[in-house]
Amino acid sequence: MTQMAHGAPSSVPLGLAQSRRLLTGAQAVAEAMRQIDPDVVPVYPITPQTPIVETFAQMAADGRVHSLLLTVESEHSAMSAAIGSALAGARTMTATASQGLAYMVEVLYVAAGLRAPIVVAVGNRALSAPINIHGDHSDAMLARDSGCLQMFAENAQEAYDLTLLAVRLAEHPQVLLPALVGQDGFTITHSAEPVDLLPDEAVAAWVGPYHVPAPLLDTEHPVTVGAFSMPDSYFRFKVDEVQAHRRALTVWEELAYAYAHLSGRELLPVEAYRMDGARRAFVVMGSAAGTVKEEVDALREEGEPVGLVKLRAFRPFPAAKLRELLSPVEEIAVLERAVSPGGSPPLWAELAAVLGRGASVQSFVFGLGGRDLIPQDVRTAYAFMTTPSRPEETRYLGLERGL
Amino acid sequence: VTYPTGFVPFSLPGGSVRPDVTHRPSTGSWRSQDPPQVDLSRCVNCLLCWAYCPDGAIQVHDAVWQGIDAHLCKGCEICVAVCPTGALTSPGTARQGGG
Repeated sequence: MTQMAHGAPSSVPLGLAQSRRLLTGAQAVAEAMRQIDPDVVPVYPITPQTPIVETFAQMAADGRVHSLLLTVESEHSAMSAAIGSALAGARTMTATASQGLAYMVEVLYVAAGLRAPIVVAVGNRALSAPINIHGDHSDAMLARDSGCLQMFAENAQEAYDLTLLAVRLAEHPQVLLPALVGQDGFTITHSAEPVDLLPDEAVAAWVGPYHVPAPLLDTEHPVTVGAFSMPDSYFRFKVDEVQAHRRALTVWEELAYAYAHLSGRELLPVEAYRMDGARRAFVVMGSAAGTVKEEVDALREEGEPVGLVKLRAFRPFPAAKLRELLSPVEEIAVLERAVSPGGSPPLWAELAAVLGRGASVQSFVFGLGGRDLIPQDVRTAYAFMTTPSRPEETRYLGLERGL
Repeated sequence: VTYPTGFVPFSLPGGSVRPDVTHRPSTGSWRSQDPPQVDLSRCVNCLLCWAYCPDGAIQVHDAVWQGIDAHLCKGCEICVAVCPTGALTSPGTARQGGG
């Protein structure tokens, strides 16, 4: 379990009694969806997301949810149906991965532009070619500029928690954006772990009733959605999206405090792990954070001043918090699971832009197509952090060692 | 964010519009010639042009045809095509016989 949210009053007893279950990340998110009980779930299966929709479809067939499960013919159609549904006034969720997310991306831009608060569970997976079904963040990075909120879970528990947070964040009247809740394919989606579930009634109360500002089915107040926008207005709508992301960061923090009181678990956009007095820091998103935490613990035992900054939020990018945490740090290593051929890896580029000139931020890529990040890889990166020479180029962790 | 002087933020997110708060781009700037010419002596006030105009350029008050708003008329001439009496004609086009 992660550390308690700092800033939460310690005198208040935190967390409801919860039931601990042995669940994969996929099952945990399906349980979250059962508790949320969305009105409509248009979905198309794809590995490694399939066990999410498969589990949820069973729940729907067993009458455990009231959701309308729409078995559409593609992810493009899934998101198209989701937009209509969400704007009609129905709480809408879906799930996808990899090529499916890629196929959905065109319509994700529409969902974000129309400000449709759809929550999408993603089992993050590599993109073809060569075809590969295993975990990395290439699919998520394809949706980077879509306008969607993007979050990454470290484990099954966080995948469950972030799904509950995502509903509130996406639907918040100051936000109104789709949210992609990422969990690493197989590493999280297919690995069983102990997961604490909130009581059903607590989740029902947490998400509350669904509301959008201008539901299409409110025939007393007719509205046109998706009208043509000329150069005189389009620019403004895009800047509105940018502003909504800024507000989303504040709303996320508020929700994280509220969720901490409910569950006893921290969900802030950034997690600082052993950063007190750290002169060096790793920056990681997703399941690899667990491995890095182990190595940070070991390095601290050896007297090394090192910590970890884990991002749960990628969109909105928590720039101010990262500056606050990382400005005092002398050496930073970004370990990430995506590349941008011909350019810089996306998380490194983002962080380097946030920290500006003078910061020493090394770029490491690991785990493409599902290759594990092993403790030795973290040690390798740390060795580069303690070397006086500053490499200009991205280094690839675990590329040479094979599996 | 700082908006330019005179900018009013849209009331609904994502470009959704209510009937009474529709943002009207000045589609008249697209026009490459004059708006259609009007012969009111032929107009029977059927308002087909009003119903067909894609840009709301036909002005109607109390169900009576008033005129064409040149700021909105983009020159598509759908109104000319649907007018059953030849009251609307393309600018510079000689009116054809008949009615």
